[in-house]
Amino acid sequence: MTTQTLAGIDVELNDEGFLVKPEQWTEDVAVELARKEGIDPLTDRHWQVVRFMRQEFFAKGTGPTVRVLGKTSGVSVKELYELFPKGPAKVAARIAGIPKPKGCI
Amino acid sequence: MNKVLILGGGTAGTLCANRLRRMFTPEQLSLTVVDENDEHLYQPGLLFVPFGTGGVDDITRPRGEQLRAEIGFVQQRIERVEVADNRVHLADGRILDYDVLVIATGTVLAPEETEGLTGPGWLEKVFTFYSPEGATALAGALSRFTGGRIVVNIVDLPIKCPVAPLEFSFLADAYFHERGMRDRVDITYVTPLDGPFTKPVCARVLNGMFEGRQINFVGEFNTASVDGEAGVLTSFDGRQIPFDLAVVIPAHSGAPYVAASAGLGDELGFVPTDMHTLQSTVAPNVFAIGDAAAVPTSKAGSVAHFEGEVLVENIRHFLAGEPLSAAYDGHTNCFIETGFAKAMLIDFNYETEPVTGHYPSPVGLPLLKESRANHLGKLMFESMYWHSLLPGRDLPGVTSLMPRSGKHLDDLIRKEAT
Repeated sequence: MTTQTLAGIDVELNDEGFLVKPEQWTEDVAVELARKEGIDPLTDRHWQVVRFMRQEFFAKGTGPTVRVLGKTSGVSVKELYELFPKGPAKVAARIAGIPKPKGCI
Repeated sequence: MNKVLILGGGTAGTLCANRLRRMFTPEQLSLTVVDENDEHLYQPGLLFVPFGTGGVDDITRPRGEQLRAEIGFVQQRIERVEVADNRVHLADGRILDYDVLVIATGTVLAPEETEGLTGPGWLEKVFTFYSPEGATALAGALSRFTGGRIVVNIVDLPIKCPVAPLEFSFLADAYFHERGMRDRVDITYVTPLDGPFTKPVCARVLNGMFEGRQINFVGEFNTASVDGEAGVLTSFDGRQIPFDLAVVIPAHSGAPYVAASAGLGDELGFVPTDMHTLQSTVAPNVFAIGDAAAVPTSKAGSVAHFEGEVLVENIRHFLAGEPLSAAYDGHTNCFIETGFAKAMLIDFNYETEPVTGHYPSPVGLPLLKESRANHLGKLMFESMYWHSLLPGRDLPGVTSLMPRSGKHLDDLIRKEAT
């Protein structure tokens, strides 16, 4: 775990670059996190996915899977992979400041 | 007299009905269970069917016979729920009304959501062991298999019994060893997650289980299509994995009537539910239990069992006009078959991930460790399921709340310190 200053805020990141505390996230932090992923700038379509992921995480306790994103985020799975080529579950979750998807063990 | 209507006569619905029947006399409460068929399947048993150790008939009993006297059983397809009017419409036109509704209709498989999955090769070269037909067909295919690559592919989460695909892979490893042909079989586990074990303690303790068994791993693979004719899995990011036989765990949805009922379900057809009280957020007199409930724990029989105790108490509170108890802690407990007559055990809740130690107390079955005792526990559990769990009796030493005694919780403290 490391502490880094992103957009003027000290945030804790785990070994894989995910925010340890999702509540430390701000939109400016997201811009910096996206830059680390090589996504610059974040377009309106990226924001739509990122905001949807945060909303789902806080409502349900887990981030949405690709299937849920495809059904309800308003962005198709194909476009999702165009926006986040390395995979929406990990990259978009990292930018959204929520944990990566996990199984039960 | 109050009317409680329970939709679904599986694990959750049956144990809930039987517990309520013991709590209230027939004069105090009318109880009805609705299910579209009369076949109660012991679902954990499906795991063993592909390996030829028994047929689906051996693990199926009539639903109605699992219910106590003075519980009505209606065998009919459910069309929709009208939450605002407290009514349930059945496919034959009947309308049932209720004071309290319990949604316990579990999940259905949605293989049609994955391109090609049910196309050419389905149940010939591409199988699932999550359905009776699939598990039976797979038994034939495994017995005829002469070598090549078997992929075990999870399409998307959530799925029932999330450890079952791991168990299937371990059992397949043992099965081909025992047939003396393991060197001719490549087993590849393909999942959307980034590791076979993603919780920190499990990842540390179980690291090596795949390598030790020479099971290959492909992670972060979101399956876009399955081509049974060509024998290829393709991911949304364009990766391809050729196979000779595919064992696919299809996407899961809630029962179709949930999606057909305005305002009842989420985007996958599961019912938004308070994770501690099990009251739905849809209406105060609608509760959800088991796989049908959208709560952040595993979809598993043990969850339905532990939820059941809390749910019936909360129905009693609700009918008495009392505040509900926020007592369900997410407790889950699963045996994990690891092959060669051994198994592991995991026990966890919303707050505490699986750790090492013993269950249910320092003298008990070993956690996160392969043992013969756990395998015997898994085999013995089937009888407990029919004779204790479904009738709603308390199992000796097994409590709804997750026990902490016996667990090495310092594993977690060490993790937090790093």
